[in-house]
Amino acid sequence: MAGKGKLFGVLALQGDFEKHQHSLESAGARQCEVRNLDDLKRVDALVIPGGESTTMLRLMDYYDLFEPLKAFGAEKPIFGTCAGAILMARGVSSPAQKSLDVMDIDVERNAYGRQVDSRIIELESSVGNVEAVFIRAPIIRRTGPEVEVLASYLGDAVLVKQGKHLAATFHPELTDDIRVHKLFMDLVGE
Amino acid sequence: MILNEAFRKKIGLAEMLKGGVIMDVTNAEQALIAEKAGAVAVMALIKVPSDIRKEGGVARMSPITCIREIQATVSIPVMAKARIGHFAEAQVLEALKVDFIDESEVLTPADDENHIDKHPFNVPFVCGCRNLGEALRRIGEGAAMIRTKGESGTGNVVEAVRHMRTIIREMRQLSVMAHDELMVAAKHHQAPFELIEYCHKFGKLPVPNFSAGGIATPADAALMMQLGAETVFVGSGIYKSPDPVNFAKAIVKATLNYKDPVKVLEACEELPDGMPGLDIRQIKSEELMAGRGW
Repeated sequence: MAGKGKLFGVLALQGDFEKHQHSLESAGARQCEVRNLDDLKRVDALVIPGGESTTMLRLMDYYDLFEPLKAFGAEKPIFGTCAGAILMARGVSSPAQKSLDVMDIDVERNAYGRQVDSRIIELESSVGNVEAVFIRAPIIRRTGPEVEVLASYLGDAVLVKQGKHLAATFHPELTDDIRVHKLFMDLVGE
Repeated sequence: MILNEAFRKKIGLAEMLKGGVIMDVTNAEQALIAEKAGAVAVMALIKVPSDIRKEGGVARMSPITCIREIQATVSIPVMAKARIGHFAEAQVLEALKVDFIDESEVLTPADDENHIDKHPFNVPFVCGCRNLGEALRRIGEGAAMIRTKGESGTGNVVEAVRHMRTIIREMRQLSVMAHDELMVAAKHHQAPFELIEYCHKFGKLPVPNFSAGGIATPADAALMMQLGAETVFVGSGIYKSPDPVNFAKAIVKATLNYKDPVKVLEACEELPDGMPGLDIRQIKSEELMAGRGW
């Protein structure tokens, strides 16, 4: 979509970025891929997709995007799913790796096990019941005082909000349901 | 319906591997190099395809200790190859909790008629194909990811190009057909009707479509991505090059920036010479791997 409104970037280093682009389009947002610093400078908000957090982290390092993304997160809204949520956390374990520290949460990677332990469930959340697809998902082990929990599964937070940032350990982009993306668009504002 | 919950979960992991490079590895040391270079996943196999081609004999699933070492070494997904039709090898790999099984023509087929019935497994499968019909038959059996076969271990991209162009062309043709022509198309492609119908409606496969077999340079990777591959598999090229780390990085860079020729140029410049290539026409037909499976 061309024209007015906030421009949502989707980090396209690797992962299911096309699915996020599709969800944003369906929700009526203007969106584009972010593959480098120039792309990042153009956008008002960023989605970090699902994928392999280790791989994305390395690519951020190789292409000098780590610090700019951190600075972006200090000013502008970010929504991360799965690997995106891992990258947004303050602390990451199993194994430990660095992260952008845009949300006051600690995350354990692949916490439910390997791929055979992935699952799809019906999840109660602040936007209503949603279908939640967990793929080699992380678990949020700690949430800071400013973090609001919008949905939990088996006692752990799986959808969290802090200021204008949003993080999910599941993949709303793998369903046709756009309510979680809408929620992020509302956080970003007009 | 084919896209039930269990199947969507499997396709989900394939979605996470898009836009990247999956690298063949034969041991933990190579897996570490792959992860450091920015691979999205590693594929464990007993020997790289060019060595399988050279040495002959029966190529089987990797030794278990080797796969365990790789799993313990990297945090990215670990895939492993099973022989076509060898469902017991696949069961062992599932018990080992690999993240993906490649039912692969690169290994010696165990069944020359049937592929593995993949739906009953919890672990997702990737399978090779040369055309749309073959892709849809594999998806019908339960493959959650498709890769065009190419001709592995040759360093020659021509077969990968042929297979990708074929599948994209056949899909394009389906998308302009009238609905009442689809059953004949299903007959022609020897493919399940509901999958033919899916391609007609959406203009793409219901699972991610990756590319393998003969990708040997950054420009090869960029070529396959522009032709429609959503991720590339790179095998023999990396560890047959004098500088595997930089070779692997260069392939990753070209794949990420496949739309940007200046970046692909940089990747080419950073690269030592590629592996020596084989002319497909000089390989005996019984030695071609792509012809295995149907």
